[in-house]
Amino acid sequence: MSHEATTRPGETAAAAGSGEELRPVPFRGGGFKHRPLGPVAPIVFLAILALWELGARSGFISPIALPAPSEALAALGDLIATGMLWKHLGASLYRLIVGWTLGSLLGIAFGLLIGLFSLARAGLLPLVSALFPIPKIALLPLFIIWFGIGEGSKVATILFGTFFPTVIATYGGVDNVDRNLIRMGQSFGLSWLSIVRKIIVPGAMPAILSGFRISASIAIVLLVAAEMIGAEFGIGAYILMAGALFALDQLIAGVAILSVLGLIIAWLIGKAEKRLLAWRS
Amino acid sequence: MQLIARNITHHYGGTAVLEDISFAIGAGEIVCVVGPSGCGKSTFLRIAGGLERPDSGEVMVAGAAPEGSLNPLTYIFQDFALLPWRSVAGNVSLVLEDHGIRGAEARAIVADVLARTNLSDFARALPRQLSGGMKQRVAIARALAVKPAIMLMDEPLSALDSQTRELLMDDLVALWQRERFSACYVTHNLNEAVRLGSRIIVLSRRPGRIREVVEIDMPIDQRAERLTELERLQRRVWEIMREEAREADREIADVP
Ligand SMILES: Nc1ncnc2c1ncn2[C@@H]1O[C@H](COP(=O)(O)OP(=O)(O)O)[C@@H](O)[C@H]1O
Ligand SMILES: [Mg+2]
Repeated sequence: MSHEATTRPGETAAAAGSGEELRPVPFRGGGFKHRPLGPVAPIVFLAILALWELGARSGFISPIALPAPSEALAALGDLIATGMLWKHLGASLYRLIVGWTLGSLLGIAFGLLIGLFSLARAGLLPLVSALFPIPKIALLPLFIIWFGIGEGSKVATILFGTFFPTVIATYGGVDNVDRNLIRMGQSFGLSWLSIVRKIIVPGAMPAILSGFRISASIAIVLLVAAEMIGAEFGIGAYILMAGALFALDQLIAGVAILSVLGLIIAWLIGKAEKRLLAWRS
Repeated sequence: MQLIARNITHHYGGTAVLEDISFAIGAGEIVCVVGPSGCGKSTFLRIAGGLERPDSGEVMVAGAAPEGSLNPLTYIFQDFALLPWRSVAGNVSLVLEDHGIRGAEARAIVADVLARTNLSDFARALPRQLSGGMKQRVAIARALAVKPAIMLMDEPLSALDSQTRELLMDDLVALWQRERFSACYVTHNLNEAVRLGSRIIVLSRRPGRIREVVEIDMPIDQRAERLTELERLQRRVWEIMREEAREADREIADVP
């Protein structure tokens, strides 16, 4: 009440003073901001599948051009029923996990070297910059000669493919660590190793984790490419075989598995980010 | 412990930043260094604590550090320099870990310094959850944990709003009365300088030279009540600095 009592006189005085009618100030903010719209994504997804199914059933989409989603689903069912899914998936996951883990670990190690030592930066960075843009698929024949046609060449392709983006993400992260924090560590007499472990590595972690997002997608792309040569099992081999036989339903099923794999990996990295970077707002 | 700077001169590339700075900080003394921005105050402080080498001149310490001092020359930074991924307690224990202080002993020290800075309830909070004043209190707690002989404070209150600054200044005065630490307190805020300094070193614009040294005899604990006298003192220091600040301002505007 007292609040009203203090505002009213000013208001009336101003209005009376000008002698004009009162108009609200028009709202001009808003927009340029994303709202979370939970169910939109699944609705869009299901709508596309429904249209596709409808088109295939009605004959609008020729079965030679694109099989119906239900047929792809049936192919997937077959894959599960025969137990082949696990064989293919197991072979692919093994290559992916071994190649990506080794590539990432080596990448972080070299990234830290380049980030921390001038000599390593001068010696290795030009090399990394020269080798990074080479499509690793082009080197596959070379890897086959070096590491054999078996698992070695496939793991090596993924390893090299993930190594370079991880190096670049890591040393970029090290470069971006707040110099004042490092100076703080020195001013309290922290050892070099403590500064690296407790200040530089955690400070570079956001960059390293976003590097993981990129290297994981690269790993999946390279997995399929590598499995297209001399692989008996693996999602890539399965897709290649389906393509060779024009079994488009199987091809679509294989691609769907890859897509789900990519989504799961992205989700896992998201989880890791939430955990490791909880200190960020 | 005393800190003595002798003829410190420093350049960055072609620009002279400090020229022939000599002064001493006695035990239990707060020496304030004021000067226009860009005159080399932060550079001087980095040199004083051994984070940077001067082109010429030397910084010496005399006397023994107090019993149990882990880090005799300890900084308080303007931007707090807290690790955002560590809690308040973790930021304090960071500086103990390298001295082999862990477990119960570390917990006891952390609890003690957090109590002395009124932070006990925030031990588990992350820096991003704290206000600026709280963050600087954490940095002060971290400094106290290593039992410094001399604090090197680089504009410790400049990132804070004026009310928080008043509160922290009172805290610093109370802390100084209990601990009698020595400090080199760099600031561009003359009010802070006259409230906290036993002596004020006024630097010229870049290259920083000592323009004048102003002694303040008034006991630090009485200053909050004798503001009119301080006001006069502050105006005197400002008269000394005014031309330098104006010229420094022009100089910065001239940079291409
Ligand atoms: N690492 C550095 N390299 C080159 N120039 C610097 C560096 N640090 C400071 N300077 C320059 O030295 C001058 C003094 O800087 P600084 O000591 O930060 O001044 P203040 O703290 O008094 O504002 C400024 O002109 C600044 O640009
Ligand atoms: Mg400064």
